[in-house]
Amino acid sequence: MYRKEKSIQIKNSASALYNNLDVLRIAARRLTYFTVAHANVVNMVSESWDGLNYSHRQLQSKEPNVATSTSLIMQAAFCVLPSRDLLVVTSQKGIQMYESDGSIMVYWHALDTPETPTAQAVFARGISAVAENYICVGVSSGAILVFDVPSKGSNITLSEVLEEHKESITDVASECSRCQEYTANLITADDGGNLCMWRSGEEFQLLNKIPGFDVSCSSVKLWKGTVVAGYGTGLIRLYEAVTGILHAEVNAHARWIYSLDIAPFSGLLLSAAEDSFVRVWHLTMTPETNSVEVGHLYNECVTDTQICGAKFCDADGYAFAVTGYDLSEIIRYVQT
Amino acid sequence: MSSRTLPLLFINLGGEMLYILDQRLRAQNIPADKAKKVMNDIITTMFNKKFLEELFKPQELYSKKALRTVFDRLAHASIMRLNQASMDKLYDLMTMAFKYQVLLCLRPKDILLVSFNHMDAIKDFVKETPNILSQVDETYQQLMEMYTPLSNGEFQLIRQTLLIFFQDMHIRVSIFLKDKVQNSNGRFVLPTSGPVPHGTQVPGLIRIFGCSGEELTRVKFNNGGNYTSALREGSFEIFGDRVTKLGTNMYSVSRPVETHMSGTSKNSAQHTKVNAAPNPLAKEELNLLSRLMGGLEVQKPGNADSGFRVNLFATDEEEEEALISRPDELSYGVINIQATKDQQANAELAKIMGEFPESGDQSDDASSKGDDLLAMMDSL
Repeated sequence: MYRKEKSIQIKNSASALYNNLDVLRIAARRLTYFTVAHANVVNMVSESWDGLNYSHRQLQSKEPNVATSTSLIMQAAFCVLPSRDLLVVTSQKGIQMYESDGSIMVYWHALDTPETPTAQAVFARGISAVAENYICVGVSSGAILVFDVPSKGSNITLSEVLEEHKESITDVASECSRCQEYTANLITADDGGNLCMWRSGEEFQLLNKIPGFDVSCSSVKLWKGTVVAGYGTGLIRLYEAVTGILHAEVNAHARWIYSLDIAPFSGLLLSAAEDSFVRVWHLTMTPETNSVEVGHLYNECVTDTQICGAKFCDADGYAFAVTGYDLSEIIRYVQT
Repeated sequence: MSSRTLPLLFINLGGEMLYILDQRLRAQNIPADKAKKVMNDIITTMFNKKFLEELFKPQELYSKKALRTVFDRLAHASIMRLNQASMDKLYDLMTMAFKYQVLLCLRPKDILLVSFNHMDAIKDFVKETPNILSQVDETYQQLMEMYTPLSNGEFQLIRQTLLIFFQDMHIRVSIFLKDKVQNSNGRFVLPTSGPVPHGTQVPGLIRIFGCSGEELTRVKFNNGGNYTSALREGSFEIFGDRVTKLGTNMYSVSRPVETHMSGTSKNSAQHTKVNAAPNPLAKEELNLLSRLMGGLEVQKPGNADSGFRVNLFATDEEEEEALISRPDELSYGVINIQATKDQQANAELAKIMGEFPESGDQSDDASSKGDDLLAMMDSL
């Protein structure tokens, strides 16, 4: 179904972090951006669609002052809003927001880091754009920070702090079908596997909570009102967002799942785990019967690699890219 | 990242070090009483109460340099001497072994079982020495207190922190190459077969449910691997079957310890110096080091008879050759700590500093950089 394509070399190897790859297509400039985190550095590559031109950029995690210790990056992801695209980088010290090409930092939010380290780690993790003008970021305390983003400029403000989760946030996702009809348009997940469904607005509304089963949910997606959640035990579960009804459960991987992605136009689902496997699935929604079907389509084994990021490169799922721990390349696959 | 990683890193690396030294002491036919003294001295120092107190405090991981210096001191806690080449090789083996164990753990919590495997072996080394044994037992308690309440997600964070520490290390280890657990490019083999972790199902099943929770259909799919059901869970108690073999002693007299330096230099471009900036938090690292040295037994000077040198290579010539040919990017830049006027207040420390012959190859003469210990670290 897919064949391997030319890999893209990156300046540093990928670190073992959840959802450690993001892809942004810039149709107007016929470019695709890729971003991968390595310790305290974000490696960005931009590739021209004809595959001939590459340019690299590195972003460092910001220190509030040099005297404190290095800040490790937890995640770097693109946030696509109607008026602008931003690159958001989360670390142990706070949240940085850049223009999508990484050229200018437009905003910095510092986390409350204690003077001396505490047993509970402090970091930000889980990034998503929501609706017209919000970016939501998770924090190790369980809080979700909601930032209000104007259509241009750096006047980004912290609009709300959602305090519902008690455990560290692992991932955050918004409804990716680009359809306004779904009530829940934000999902947040934590280390205990607890999922919260929200509706964005001036004040975000909690619509539903699905309790976890003490297994970390490391990656989460929301499509056509269905939550797709990947867990540390290798399980994938599909829930109906507003009601919490379990639609499907897949014994998908033999190790911890690190990344999920959905191609919204085709309903293809991509899952990747420490077990070296990337799997492609197909999701079918039948609104009349309120049912969801999951079909397995394809396996790809990235030999001797613990995968940490996997993303479709386009909304149809025609191509996907993969990163792995200690690997200094972005491996790509394209449909045959 | 996790502030609870250092104790696990230290204990597991220490455990590997003891396995290797034990093998070398026997391979070199060091008299049993001397060998035992070395092992006991190192273990006593490793589990020194004040040192462990410092170790178990919540803190960020040390830099590679600082940790290497700690192990340098630990390896020299007794009458045994190691040349720089042998110490480099020892440290390479220790780190690659633990990297292997962390990578191959079926689930993050199993790192604790690996730690217990090391602890069990250490306990066995000192089973005839009650006072050291009690130090080891106390450490079991500390480990259990700190780690058994942690969730799987928190263990994964610890594992991710360790993996950042081990990032880009691909030193080839002969015993791993022979056992086919490492490829010739230095990367570990990750099998797609064998038992799944405890708590995970063998992949291959899709279940669809109706609105009232009833199972409507089940469909199988090919998982592309050759997995079997999970084994029973290992014991997290002081005694018990850990089930996993990771962290047990893989060396024996007949299986020599070797590393290959070639083939690793292409990774030099990817070496990111995570802790490159001058760093006042390095003070923490020095506290640990000074506690470690404070806990050392003072060796009587001039006792040339009881001291001996251990070689991690087959011959002295090989050892010398290894030192010369070691690629630059793999040098550990061991911190040369010299007694300063501040430290001389700690008389015991100063005396101990005086005991140890400075190993040959410290290129940066720290004495020219001033008295401050921190400045010395930064200058390397």
